[in-house]
Amino acid sequence: MITMMMLTDILLALKHELIISLIIFLLLFWKIRFDNAHSEILMGLVNALLLVAVLFVWFEPIETLLFNQMFGSNALTQFQKSILSLAMLLISGLSYHWLKNNANRIEFYLLLLSSLLGMFFMISSANLLMFYLGLELSTIPLAAAANFDLEKRKSSEAAMKLILSSSFSSALLLLGVSFLYGCSGTLQFSEMSYALVVSPLSQFGFILLFAGFAFKISAVPFHLWTADVYEGSPVPVTAFLSFASKAAVMFVFVSVLNQVFQSMVQTWFLAISILVFLSIGIGNLFALRQENLKRFLAFSSISQIGYILIGILGDGSQAAASIYYFLFIYLFSNLAAFGVIGIVSEQTGKESISDFKGFYQNNKFLSWVLAIALFSLAGVPPTAGFFGKFFLLIAGGANAYLGLMIFAALNLVVSFYYYLRVVKAIFMDANESPLPKIEFDFTPKIALYFCLAAILLLGFYGPIYEHIVHISKAYSF
Amino acid sequence: MISVGLTHILILSTCLFFIGMYGFFTRRNLITLLMSVELMLNSVNINFAAFNKYLFPEKLDGIFFNVFIITIAAAEAAVAIAIIINLYRSHNSIDVEDAGEMKY
Repeated sequence: MITMMMLTDILLALKHELIISLIIFLLLFWKIRFDNAHSEILMGLVNALLLVAVLFVWFEPIETLLFNQMFGSNALTQFQKSILSLAMLLISGLSYHWLKNNANRIEFYLLLLSSLLGMFFMISSANLLMFYLGLELSTIPLAAAANFDLEKRKSSEAAMKLILSSSFSSALLLLGVSFLYGCSGTLQFSEMSYALVVSPLSQFGFILLFAGFAFKISAVPFHLWTADVYEGSPVPVTAFLSFASKAAVMFVFVSVLNQVFQSMVQTWFLAISILVFLSIGIGNLFALRQENLKRFLAFSSISQIGYILIGILGDGSQAAASIYYFLFIYLFSNLAAFGVIGIVSEQTGKESISDFKGFYQNNKFLSWVLAIALFSLAGVPPTAGFFGKFFLLIAGGANAYLGLMIFAALNLVVSFYYYLRVVKAIFMDANESPLPKIEFDFTPKIALYFCLAAILLLGFYGPIYEHIVHISKAYSF
Repeated sequence: MISVGLTHILILSTCLFFIGMYGFFTRRNLITLLMSVELMLNSVNINFAAFNKYLFPEKLDGIFFNVFIITIAAAEAAVAIAIIINLYRSHNSIDVEDAGEMKY
């Protein structure tokens, strides 16, 4: 018998999912009723509702397991969902111009929000079936969104590569899940952690599942689709792919590895060390030679994934906290960089580093935002990116191989070279005909200022890190 | 007369999976690639059904998983075919080799 009290609890536990579903239905009905008319009101409404979803982080969290123990909700998932909602809100704000000139803007929101809904279910999953459903709901709409520039050849190529590699990786992941089910007889995370005995079959199943995860976060031997998809997709979709889909899978990856596969820690410790070595090394090497800014950011995000994976090597909740903190900061630095590139590419069509030579002459504000975002990605001290990387390396340093840590630290220097190459092009390189002054509206300006403030101030605001440590201690493992 | 056991079915499903994977790596036609992926997914279906029937017949977890895999595979194929149709419009071909403008 469901009482009224329980019903409100269920609704509150599902508040993020409900509000995103509400926006999706609103968009569908709006599309049927008004087609593309009044879409500025609609975009304002969607942004306001997304802001509500972000602000849910201050609600008293409800700790519960719903739907036959398939769906868990607690303070940690609430925080993670708000981060992802914030990413969606910022992307929606930063790509305001692009959306205003695009006839299919409602579909853009529909696809990205469905993907966001899938990520929410994936983060909350307490069961492999729910996890798989969330994962697919988050990747299939993204493939359609990658094809958003319907008439561009590169866009359809990118979407083709994304859908084929993601369906291949989910087939691998499913085979792993089926073997794990055969070994343990359950799909429930909490039961599986006890029922799983280390045997060749269960290890094979685990490695396949691991490979599926690594495909989604594009760690190095599984990264081949990343750069092409980033280059071909429209910039807002690339921004969403590079932050939201990586972060959502990362959130689940950390908790699944530590909760479910604690008994196989020796297997995955080695596997992750190899991924870290390859991701940092190859990500950096390829980032050095890129001309296209989106491709450049793709390889830089691969090397960032390597650094995030170092965090997993640390102990329990401290490792988890450092990863959540880094992702929170990475959100602002990454989206600020993509935001500037998106605004420039929407108005001038230029995306390569040589086009940005002398960018500072006419666009002082955008140059500063891009430069500070790149400094934060590189990890230069006053910016928040430094603190993020610092905590990751501290957490990972507890357990990781010494050689690996030295390699990672040395590669930080290499990464400085390619980030600063872009900054040098913007500020120092002479150019006869630099890009003209780029005008942009109020909404993207607010989003850029917000990112800028977060990058500069977050590192000095201690309570956020303490809050993250607190919730990850309480709910991780 | 040997009765069919779990091992036989697992061998069948593993063979199917790797036939699918072989097809995925060697074929160049996008529709065939999609078919190869379906083959891999179906082999996983066999796995789930077999484990459920032989090892854990008291609960229906594996069968439920089958239902969802089939549904999602259909959704995935729908999106993939839409993408392939659009690729055909821009490239006039559905061969993977022809869609290789972006490299390295």
